[in-house]
Amino acid sequence: MKPAEYYMRDRTRHAPGLTKDYKTSVPRSPQYALLSLENSLSEITGPTFSQNDIDALDNDLIKNYAHGGDPIGERIIVHGRVLDENGRPVPNTLVEVWQANAGGRYRHKKDTYLAPIDPNFGGCGRTMTDEDGYYFFRTVKPGAYPWRNWVNNWRPAHIHVSIFGVAFAQRLITQLYFEGDPLIKTCPIVQTVPDADAIDQMVAKLDLNATIPLDSIAYRFDIVLRGRRSTMFENRLEGN
Amino acid sequence: MQYLKETPSQTAGPYVHIGLAPKAAGFDIFEQELGWDIAGPNAKGERIRVEGCVYDGTGAPIKDVMLEAWQANTDGHYAHPEDGRGVEDGFRGWGRVITDFETGLWGFDTVKPGATPGRNGTTQAPHINLWIVARGINVGLNTRLYFDDCDNSTDPVLNLVEQVHRRQTLIATRTEDSKGVTYRFDVHIQGKGETVFLDI
Repeated sequence: MKPAEYYMRDRTRHAPGLTKDYKTSVPRSPQYALLSLENSLSEITGPTFSQNDIDALDNDLIKNYAHGGDPIGERIIVHGRVLDENGRPVPNTLVEVWQANAGGRYRHKKDTYLAPIDPNFGGCGRTMTDEDGYYFFRTVKPGAYPWRNWVNNWRPAHIHVSIFGVAFAQRLITQLYFEGDPLIKTCPIVQTVPDADAIDQMVAKLDLNATIPLDSIAYRFDIVLRGRRSTMFENRLEGN
Repeated sequence: MQYLKETPSQTAGPYVHIGLAPKAAGFDIFEQELGWDIAGPNAKGERIRVEGCVYDGTGAPIKDVMLEAWQANTDGHYAHPEDGRGVEDGFRGWGRVITDFETGLWGFDTVKPGATPGRNGTTQAPHINLWIVARGINVGLNTRLYFDDCDNSTDPVLNLVEQVHRRQTLIATRTEDSKGVTYRFDVHIQGKGETVFLDI
């Protein structure tokens, strides 16, 4: 296959850099416009990973930091597919997650929220998609927590998700929210995204068919990475 | 035509280390953390260290940033099937680094990359592709690090920067001492000396 460019990132569906209601973005957003580049080999390549990079239990947050018991909280399965904008699966790509525990507390030396650390919960996991782009994690549902922005801001329950794709141009970090959470509409971080459909794309849907009866409830979360051109026409990416 | 749309980006937040560098968050969970060894033991070429700081618009160092690096080997080959020209065994070309929580300084060890093919038969000067995420950054920022001891005059990307003096924001400065070669690359997110960021 000849190398081909990725579709332009649709900046109208992403948050702008400067989003004044999310205060930390104010000094952390470039003033000048980004310089738009057509893809070269530097952008259409990217790191590759294999099962050798991770361990079998890495996608089980209920067990991967257990110290003699299971973590407290609502047991959930998060699953879905990683697709590109053409609807094709993205196989063998690394998906990493991190989250607060059921009380809304992160296992991080900089988190000082008064909710307690859970001795059996680390809060991070990773997995590779299979040949169909499918992935899953087992974890406990994270709690909402307060954060300093306005005096009284609460983050909706969320899981941070990092995805690589096959090209550095596809690299993405996003957050997964839960269907029906009333805090989604008041969160200045969620609301940095200017498009209601785009926000809905970050909301995992309750998936009763995928639950494990008497054990764990399930949420479905499909992730879409940038798609790429077909190579029907010579696009002279590599020259001559 | 019905296409899907890319999932929106969200900030990596202040606790990015839990997922991507848990030792820095203060706990040990994975057998192997990823991204600390960019070049591997067999890489040819000049061993270098790259160091810098990321500053916010007020001039303060950002202490909760994470950077990822993506680079070619000394021959200008990427470790990727769509390059296909091959790299040394163990050369990955990808790294992940976080800042010191007290100072905001970050650094990684690698080899200096070679020139890579550009579009339309051009050649790109040696560079390291960088991706920067942090609390307050809604969509990860892409930029490139070039080297001040290379000929960057015909690089097709640097030459796209309209304001010629801003090209300097993409060029790292070389120093040598008894410990080896270090390139310094400071990133200014906003304001005076603002780094050129790329929409790739």
